Amino acid sequence: MSKFEALAGNEAVATAMRQINPDVVAAYPITPQTSTVQTFANYVADGLVDTEFVTVESEHSAMSACVGASAAGARVMTATSANGLALMWEIVYIAASTRCPIVMGLVNRALSGPINIHCDHSDVMGMRDSGWIILFSENGQEAYDNLIQAVRIAEHPDVLLPVAVCQDGFITSHGMERVEIYEDADVRAFVGEYRPQWSLLDLEHPKTYGPLDFYDYYYEHKRQQVEAMQHAHRVIQEVAEAFNRTFDRDYGLFEPYRLEDAEVAVVVANSTAGTAKVVVDRLREEGLKVGLLKPRVFRPFPAEELAEALAHLKAVAVMDRSISFGAMGNAGPLFLELAAALALRGVRMPMADYVYGLGGRDILPREIESVYRDMLRVAETGQVERMVTYLSVR
Amino acid sequence: MELKTDGYRLDRTLETHAEAEGLRGEIHGRHPMDDLLRTDRLPHIWCPGCGLGTALTCFLSALLRSGLDLDKVAVVSGIGCTGRVAGYVRLDSFHTTHGRAIPFATGLKLGNPELKVVVFSGDGDLVTIGGNHFIHAARRNMDMTVICVNNFNYGMTGGQAGATTPVGGITTTSPYGNYEYPFSISALAAASGAVYVARWTVLHARRLERSIVEALLKPGFSLVEVIAPCPTGFGRRNRLRQGLDAMHYYHEHGVIQHGADPVKTDIELEGPVIEGKFVDGEKPTFLEQYRRQLDRLRGA
Ligand SMILES: Cc1ncc(C[n+]2csc(CCOP(=O)(O)OP(=O)(O)O)c2C)c(N)n1
Ligand code: SF4
Repeated sequence: MSKFEALAGNEAVATAMRQINPDVVAAYPITPQTSTVQTFANYVADGLVDTEFVTVESEHSAMSACVGASAAGARVMTATSANGLALMWEIVYIAASTRCPIVMGLVNRALSGPINIHCDHSDVMGMRDSGWIILFSENGQEAYDNLIQAVRIAEHPDVLLPVAVCQDGFITSHGMERVEIYEDADVRAFVGEYRPQWSLLDLEHPKTYGPLDFYDYYYEHKRQQVEAMQHAHRVIQEVAEAFNRTFDRDYGLFEPYRLEDAEVAVVVANSTAGTAKVVVDRLREEGLKVGLLKPRVFRPFPAEELAEALAHLKAVAVMDRSISFGAMGNAGPLFLELAAALALRGVRMPMADYVYGLGGRDILPREIESVYRDMLRVAETGQVERMVTYLSVR
Repeated sequence: MELKTDGYRLDRTLETHAEAEGLRGEIHGRHPMDDLLRTDRLPHIWCPGCGLGTALTCFLSALLRSGLDLDKVAVVSGIGCTGRVAGYVRLDSFHTTHGRAIPFATGLKLGNPELKVVVFSGDGDLVTIGGNHFIHAARRNMDMTVICVNNFNYGMTGGQAGATTPVGGITTTSPYGNYEYPFSISALAAASGAVYVARWTVLHARRLERSIVEALLKPGFSLVEVIAPCPTGFGRRNRLRQGLDAMHYYHEHGVIQHGADPVKTDIELEGPVIEGKFVDGEKPTFLEQYRRQLDRLRGA
């Protein structure tokens, strides 16, 4: 029997980690991730897990230790935020390219400077070309569910890629909510045992990780990473289906909300999608045909399915919690990629980007409502007045 | 369903901030060090009983006593409770990233050798995540004064174990006691080549201030380690619940031993805290070495 608990998002993630019972966790504290690993440290101290827990001296060391442990054949997890992720940078790429199925809880926070500990998505957006699978979570429940699924996705023999599970710093990481926690045994059965195929500790079959790899094979190794991402697209859906069956959920590549008969929609990830649902309901009461699409899988980017899900709309707004400085229109990354995905599939409609909430600035229902009203006008006129709007900036 | 109007009230957050800023000047009275502080950033974030206020006051009075031209002093901090110092002093300052105060300060000094560069940061920042820079700046005898506040844990993130946590120390990531060996920051500096090394608890404020003056006036890499209570992160989990308990502890366990062998200055849980001036030597600084080499190559 599953049970409902009042948990902050970080505690939900720590609970998933306890149930998954990884072999090694290496982490360094950083706000707003800290309480994940801190809660987990208590599980270690109380003997509730068999994990070797290492309080390393920096995030660079944390990710390095994760890669080492993963190459040794261990099931490995870590967690971080913003500057911590940035300090891991070199090894973030190594983890993906040496095909280490590490799972990381990433609590999204603005990447300095000036220093800011609150939520935006500038940290994760920096890793979008690093070769990691990236999942978004609206709330603690989704962070918990995504983390459990992440283990199976990462370790799938056709994938073997690291996975980052995102949630919004403070907003959901520290916000207490009702979270359904499944039976330990059910979670353990779902994730199964990790059977590494190329463990360094297999003394009968010695291997080398990461040796020099020039123009002879480097390119082929990149090609294999591409293939792994292509497989991940399928595996993520298979794992979601299995998860939905086991735990009675409804995960897919993204979540459509009142989208089917909508004329105008907003695409927004993580916690703001929750707020936007309230706005959608409210505007629907006025008879306005509005909907929402909440991306769950950002890497691999499900371009085909997104284009299909949005094709019937008259106008789409993307809400981005980060800026791709110097990119077209100084827009946000989600907008840029979605716009490309739609255009290349011949789905043509007016699109606009709304950057919001940088450095933790509140995003209010009224502001989201203004985005919908803008887009309803755009749908009528077919004209986008401004491609990129920075909401509530002074 | 009605849209919750609660959300709309949040709208006023920014105005409320502005109002609070306006009020601040009236909330607190003048402090003797106000001229050296960015009072618009006050009240500070430090907890009651924290040792950082004393450490900062000692630094500022030392700065005044040193006679240094304040227009040529730059303060660099990393991230942490201690790191907030860079934002509070009314001097040229930079609040860098976690662990990188020393390389930043190195660049600053090389870019403008006229500056007196002071690094003011925490133990986690300087010898855990930034430990590599610490030993290399000392090795090079880089011209800077490092004031390292050691509270035996990462205060800012809520009291986790780091490279200075004593064996047995209870922290949020070592709930049943830390089992890793810690660094003695003073020994690390001395072994790496620092020309001036002193350690004081914040109880010994006058001596601390005097050591900071000496360090500021010393050419080359000087280190002052400040032992300070962190009741919130470390103290309350290790039988020093209040800042005052830590002060009593320093009073009872502080042992002044000038010239002590730095290798024998380890701080153990419930053991003595050896303090004093451990190293006061001379050797050409990085910049002097650099200029000598240039002269040699140019045949001067
Ligand atoms: C790269 C990076 N990792 C982690 C953090 C989070 N963090 C901020 S301050 C801090 C520790 C501060 O401890 P210390 O330097 O001892 O200073 P104190 O707060 O105790 O004064 C940590 C881990 C960060 N800001 N950047
Ligand atoms: S957490 Fe510790 S170091 Fe930070 S302000 Fe509070 S008492 Fe001082």
